[in-house]
Amino acid sequence: MTPPATSAVVLLGAQRFDPTLGTSVKELGVTGRIALITAGWQEREPEDEELVADLGVPTVNLRLHARGEMVFRDDPELREAHRQRQAALRYRQDVYRIRLEHLLEADRVISLREAPPDVAEEQAQASLASIRDLDAWHLELCAKLRSEYEARWDLPSRPVLARHREEITEAVAVCDAVAISGGHVATLVNRLVLFGIGPLLRGKTVFAWSGGAMALSDRVVLFHDSPPQGPGASEVLDAGLGVVPNVVVLPEPERRLRIDDRDRVQRLARRFAPASCLAFPARSRVTLRDGVLGNGHGVKLLKTDGAVVPFHGRRTR
Amino acid sequence: MKHRLAIDAFLAETVTPGRLRAFLESRRFPIVEGASVTFVWRGEADAVHLRHWIYGLESSNDLHRAPGTDLWHLTMEIPSGSRVEYKYEVHRGGGSTWIEDPLNPNRARDPFGANSVLQGSGYEAPSWSRHDRLSRQGHVEPFVFDSDALGRRSGHLYLPARFRRTRQYPLLVVHDGSDYLAYASLRTVLDNLIHRLEIPDMIVAFTDSPDRLREYANDERHARYLTKELVPHLASRFPLFDRPQARCVMGASFGAVAALSTAYRYPGFWGRVLLQSGSFAFTDIGKRNRRGPLFDRVVEFVNEYRAEPKAVSERVFVSCGVYESLIYENRSMVPLLDGTGMDVRFVESRDGHNWENWRDRLREGLSWLMPGPLMFIYE
Repeated sequence: MTPPATSAVVLLGAQRFDPTLGTSVKELGVTGRIALITAGWQEREPEDEELVADLGVPTVNLRLHARGEMVFRDDPELREAHRQRQAALRYRQDVYRIRLEHLLEADRVISLREAPPDVAEEQAQASLASIRDLDAWHLELCAKLRSEYEARWDLPSRPVLARHREEITEAVAVCDAVAISGGHVATLVNRLVLFGIGPLLRGKTVFAWSGGAMALSDRVVLFHDSPPQGPGASEVLDAGLGVVPNVVVLPEPERRLRIDDRDRVQRLARRFAPASCLAFPARSRVTLRDGVLGNGHGVKLLKTDGAVVPFHGRRTR
Repeated sequence: MKHRLAIDAFLAETVTPGRLRAFLESRRFPIVEGASVTFVWRGEADAVHLRHWIYGLESSNDLHRAPGTDLWHLTMEIPSGSRVEYKYEVHRGGGSTWIEDPLNPNRARDPFGANSVLQGSGYEAPSWSRHDRLSRQGHVEPFVFDSDALGRRSGHLYLPARFRRTRQYPLLVVHDGSDYLAYASLRTVLDNLIHRLEIPDMIVAFTDSPDRLREYANDERHARYLTKELVPHLASRFPLFDRPQARCVMGASFGAVAALSTAYRYPGFWGRVLLQSGSFAFTDIGKRNRRGPLFDRVVEFVNEYRAEPKAVSERVFVSCGVYESLIYENRSMVPLLDGTGMDVRFVESRDGHNWENWRDRLREGLSWLMPGPLMFIYE
């Protein structure tokens, strides 16, 4: 998928308790209408009053979640096809997770073995390669399922969906910018793809935070180092829109990442290299313009040697 | 230098009424000093015994009377993180009564009454087991169901806050449901874990049995009632996912036997099984078991399972307290379950056969069996 050429993309940390979006909008000089995508909030999608107040410019909420419900209500055949595809994706995610957990456990056990340094390094590389291969294979499988689904059901030709896409296209056309909130990242990605949002971002300034920022990357990675059910294993969910390539977006590091654990940081960074693993604490942001990620504030780069350092910028291609 | 225990320091000097009063008013009881725990009771008696529920230790231990006082005390070594339920057995005039510890406000309740609770060094009741004003409360309503297999059944249904008919939900079926609600705070636990995104919004059927020792001990009718009657009935009333991964059956003690035997009779139907302190009695030779006739049908079932273990679910969570006599049986079950290819997790705790132990393991068990959207939501 070729990412659309946007005017600028601003990725931000969580906005829930300490919003900085309004400031970023002002800094980029956006004064025109902004299209809001809050589909990640699911049923709470319309509850955007605080967001609108923080932005301080005219807005229109594209209501992608509600539109999705309407499409599935009015096009039962597509609803059933969607349900089957989601079940297939969920099954594969479950199986991928089983494989992944065993590979990670094997990696842990092997790393505890006494071995000559060259053997230990060779085996660590082999473990890493297995995990990377599995991630890549899973991502390819998801892409295959999605493309088969889209080809079979020819989404643009379905009248109900086409009508909503047309309305959305018209609404975005008169906006200067698009703002994409976080929330349930799988729901968000699904809605963005269903309504063909990627191409509509061309020429727009895009603001995205938390799950919204993850959805703009080319690979959505779910992560939590301390979930209640035991040691957390980061897992690849699916492709994102690819607007911000070669970056793994890691929001809410304050409660999700043990960035003081050098070993975990190293494993995560090496697993997804050469993509940059970027942690976005509250109030952080970075801007992509002309293929360069820069103007970083508070964003942290997880390095392959386990260090965590401030991220100032890099080329994304 | 070994730390001098508070009771020893107190008794090293003359015990006056004023000193005794000050001692009792200035401390929490039992006195926990690292692994040393001192039980204290005050009153006139011929003898006082500590009656606790730690399997492997003498169940009755004498408290010693401090000379010239009515103060009784006993110091024991209790590992950190332990929870121990106990009572005092007070002997007077040839008789005896079991009483709760008047100096200790901590109680654990069950259908038979209440026990005092020792919270060992480092133990804390989990925050998610207490009411959280930020957590939206689910709705609990009674249900009555006329079962072909077992006759009229009753229980309670839990619907999550923000329940919507347009959504689909996983189903959790709980044995001894009223007891889980009353003594293991399961309603509060569900509210909190859902609020924290650690488990999904779910519908929960709290089932009860008027004759649990019979019906829970591998009774075909009970398994049929849950699987062939109750679940279809609930599916006709509520939007439930129709897949094994979204169906969990759970229970404690005999309720765990009921949960496993139900899954065993309908392999593949219940994709998630949660077993707490299961009464998985078995014999290696013959059929006679040391626990008595109530367990005969359990032994029959567990022996059959041990002879030919098979995968009956996808994931099984097993927990047991190390102070329970059932720890041996539960430890014995785990490799059998694991060897079938099921995904099995076993958790031990320094606790006994009681509702608070089962409460304290709910977060780990439920969130592992049915993870919530925590990994998916980035606000």
